[in-house]
Amino acid sequence: MNIKKLTKSNLNKPSSSSAWKQIKKSRWAYVFISPFYILFAIFGLYPMLLSLYLSFTRWKGVGEMAFAGLVNFALIPQDRVFWQSMMNGVILFMLYVPIMLFLALALAVILNSGKIKGFRVFRTIIFLPFITNMVAAGFSFRILLEKQNGLMNMLLRIFGLPTIPWLENIWWARVSLSLLIIWAWLGYNMVIMLAGLQTIPRDLSEAALVDGATPIQAFFRVTVPLMRPVILFCLITSTIGSFGLFPEVMTLTMGGPVNATITPLIRIYGVAFGSYQFGYASALAYTFFAMIFLLTVIQFRLNREQV
Amino acid sequence: MKRKPFQNIKSRIISFLLYLVLTSISAFMVLPFVWMLSTSFKLPPDIFGFPPQIIPRNFTWDNYLFVFQERNLIRILFNTFTISSLFTLLSLFFTSMGGYGFAKFEFPMKKILFSLLLATMIIPGAVMMVPTFVIMRELGWVDTFLPLIVPGAANAFGIFFFRQYTSTINDELMDAARVDGASEFRIFIRIIMPIISPGMISLGLIFFMASWNNYLGPLIYLKSPSNWTITLAINALIGGAGLTYWGPQMAMSVISLIPLLIIFLVFQKRFAEGITAGAVKG
Repeated sequence: MNIKKLTKSNLNKPSSSSAWKQIKKSRWAYVFISPFYILFAIFGLYPMLLSLYLSFTRWKGVGEMAFAGLVNFALIPQDRVFWQSMMNGVILFMLYVPIMLFLALALAVILNSGKIKGFRVFRTIIFLPFITNMVAAGFSFRILLEKQNGLMNMLLRIFGLPTIPWLENIWWARVSLSLLIIWAWLGYNMVIMLAGLQTIPRDLSEAALVDGATPIQAFFRVTVPLMRPVILFCLITSTIGSFGLFPEVMTLTMGGPVNATITPLIRIYGVAFGSYQFGYASALAYTFFAMIFLLTVIQFRLNREQV
Repeated sequence: MKRKPFQNIKSRIISFLLYLVLTSISAFMVLPFVWMLSTSFKLPPDIFGFPPQIIPRNFTWDNYLFVFQERNLIRILFNTFTISSLFTLLSLFFTSMGGYGFAKFEFPMKKILFSLLLATMIIPGAVMMVPTFVIMRELGWVDTFLPLIVPGAANAFGIFFFRQYTSTINDELMDAARVDGASEFRIFIRIIMPIISPGMISLGLIFFMASWNNYLGPLIYLKSPSNWTITLAINALIGGAGLTYWGPQMAMSVISLIPLLIIFLVFQKRFAEGITAGAVKG
């Protein structure tokens, strides 16, 4: 009876139906994971496809959508503000990322050494800016860096030094923006590096010290290579971050002077919601996405080659 | 033995330098907060007055009165709190369910579905800005809280976090409940959720913070001032060339920090867990 049933079921069930049975059996798993895919379909996949379509149209957001072929993409090479904004992303990246990641790792190593009294206090203070909204932070930096009587320039004057056009000069504005970003993100990166340090065995760098390495040698030869995956994570998030800065720039420099601190995200926002060129904004967004994607892949590759 | 005094001096110098570095970086971190607080109690002429005053000479509560009376701050705080709480609760529910589904079940197409989930993490928000706005307008959701609550609620980051978190739970717990005839959903609510509640606090804090501090989302979707969140309200106090209400702006900034500061100081350890989970274990 049993055997008969088994053979029968084996014969009668084609493989597609057994797959269906599998799916039916694990229906609860699908219920559990479904919210993500439903929301992604509506608010992720559909917008991306719509955006791709929009990038081939001229559309002001209302009224008729006119198919425009590649006109939008043809405009991009001449869009000086957009290329300036990509360039600014690169410049900002170079201005703050190396300093920030080096400081974050150095601070993490110092705090992790177990020799610092008040370890918790320092960690809390350095992390505190991360929970601050960037609108409040941007405006308080603006007060500190005000040209005439901001605290920074008043202090410089008190010490008899020349004042600095923090937000009025192209390069100083970029430096000021970098200061704000380092202020906001140093603690975050430090906490991640601290957690990373706790996963690597401490005796390795201690062994190097016993073998006669200086602490600085131990840091660069032992700690940094072991921390490579964590550093890569911080590097990639910072890369994406420096092209997508928004509130920091809007509150501190408003993209100026002469677009020196405008970022791609701000450019796209301006094209979309400032001049309502939805088609062109979509084309820009896709170009931006392609470039960021390429950059991330390159960073991964470079990292793998160096290992 | 001979080298000891020299070593002692050397290690003292090193330790002095380390504390110097830590203290100066900490000072740089604290300065904007101090100046924000100080400015919020200053009268307009003192804000950029010379010499600089850390403790205002003419101490005033005017800036705080102004933001509560003229800028409807109670309403704005209520809006921000509503959006952040609803977003946090909905996200925790969806992402913990998703993470549990991926960690504890085997099903066809699991690998493909999970890769798809991870792939969505690299899509920058900029690509979605315009089309999502168009969709929200079709749905009639512009100038409501919904665009800030619903789309991000089942995010890949959270599912990834809870997949790690639930994978350590012993299967016997669920099997025992199944033998007793409990439904899968009941098992999730009654057995899994209590076990992962520490993780829910960790991730919930991050969700709440991200939502509270969000600026671009509210800027795109919230049009009428009575719907504004705190970041929009702070930004609105800049009134054209040279007319910025610096004092009220800093008063509002101080208030915007207080809820997160309290949460952070109370749950500091959980907070760090929520932040580092994706980076170090992943």
